[in-house]
Amino acid sequence: MKRVTSRAAAAFSLALAWPAVALAHSQAGGSVSFSSGFLHPISGLDHIVAMLAVGIWGAQLGAPGIWLLPVTFPLVMAFGGFLALVGVPLPGIEIGIAVSAIGLGLAVCLEAKPSLWIAALLVGVFAIFHGHAHGAELPPGANGIAYSIGFVIATGLLHATGISVGLVHRWLAGRVALRVAGAAIAVLGLGFLWRAVAS
Amino acid sequence: MTLARALTRFAVAAAVLGAAPAADAHLVTTNLGPFYDGFAHFFTAPEVLLPVLALSLFAGLRGAAFGRAVLLWLPAAWLAGACGSLWLAPRSPPLAAAGVTLALGALVAADVALPRRWVAGFAGALGLFAGALAGADLSGASAPLALAAGAASALFVTTALVAGQVTSLRAPWTRIAVRVAGSWIAASGLLMLGWALR
Repeated sequence: MKRVTSRAAAAFSLALAWPAVALAHSQAGGSVSFSSGFLHPISGLDHIVAMLAVGIWGAQLGAPGIWLLPVTFPLVMAFGGFLALVGVPLPGIEIGIAVSAIGLGLAVCLEAKPSLWIAALLVGVFAIFHGHAHGAELPPGANGIAYSIGFVIATGLLHATGISVGLVHRWLAGRVALRVAGAAIAVLGLGFLWRAVAS
Repeated sequence: MTLARALTRFAVAAAVLGAAPAADAHLVTTNLGPFYDGFAHFFTAPEVLLPVLALSLFAGLRGAAFGRAVLLWLPAAWLAGACGSLWLAPRSPPLAAAGVTLALGALVAADVALPRRWVAGFAGALGLFAGALAGADLSGASAPLALAAGAASALFVTTALVAGQVTSLRAPWTRIAVRVAGSWIAASGLLMLGWALR
């Protein structure tokens, strides 16, 4: 019996060592990392309201702001993520994210129409804080490229949602509703700021 | 157990393991054969897929003649690069892959007007580079030529569909949407750069 068990164990070990079994590992981590990257921006209210505000503000500004801001934000956000990945620290990230919600909410509420480069600069500065947070909060063992693509796409889709909402700007009632929404975002930002300073 | 018997068992085990097929650990298994495994692999390797998507979008934005040039040069150069690297098996340079993705995504986002021969040159260079990357992935697999042919077919279909669709876009907002997609690709390239430097 002992001899049979020993042979069975040897055969089992060989079967396990047969490399074709490794096919079971094919790309499984990629999809998990993509979904965790995709879910990251939409799992925090602070990120969601800021991204929506970028889209709404772009819609209020009209062309070319309607596309310049959503193009600027992911690129500069990725730069913030890049800084986090290469280990460059950024102090006060949570405060920066809260201030971004306040600033963008106020911009929507007041229908601010600064020069395009000032709007792009403002959005870019806020984007660095959001990107740094995404880059620094990568779950251990995740596939970095899939995670990155996931959170870039989710961020872009949030902007697209904001732009879609902002299209009601063409009607008077829509303009009022957008300004109320901007005020609500700014108030939420104040709450985020309170929480960030208190912690 | 005598030493001779132990050595014999070790030799048998080594022979079995040595004759085993390649691990294919990073390949998608479709159960439809190596050609379709290669076809699927193209869509699950973002470092290869993203620059190809970016160049196809860019060619589509510039017009039909640019699309035809990319459709001619990109798959041909890709196949040449893949076949070359099946034997040379170079190491994947993640920094270069990230840089190429970033640069091509930025080209789409900026919608830069470039001469057609430059774009054809980009297609040839990208094809060789991306093909070499993919070939290095496939070099340890069984039936690597069928895998490479499948991946090259996926690249051809992707380039034709994407460039063709973008060429047909007329409404201004649709071209802007393509440029936004380019900015997403550039952003992903920048993050890939961060991962490579990490």
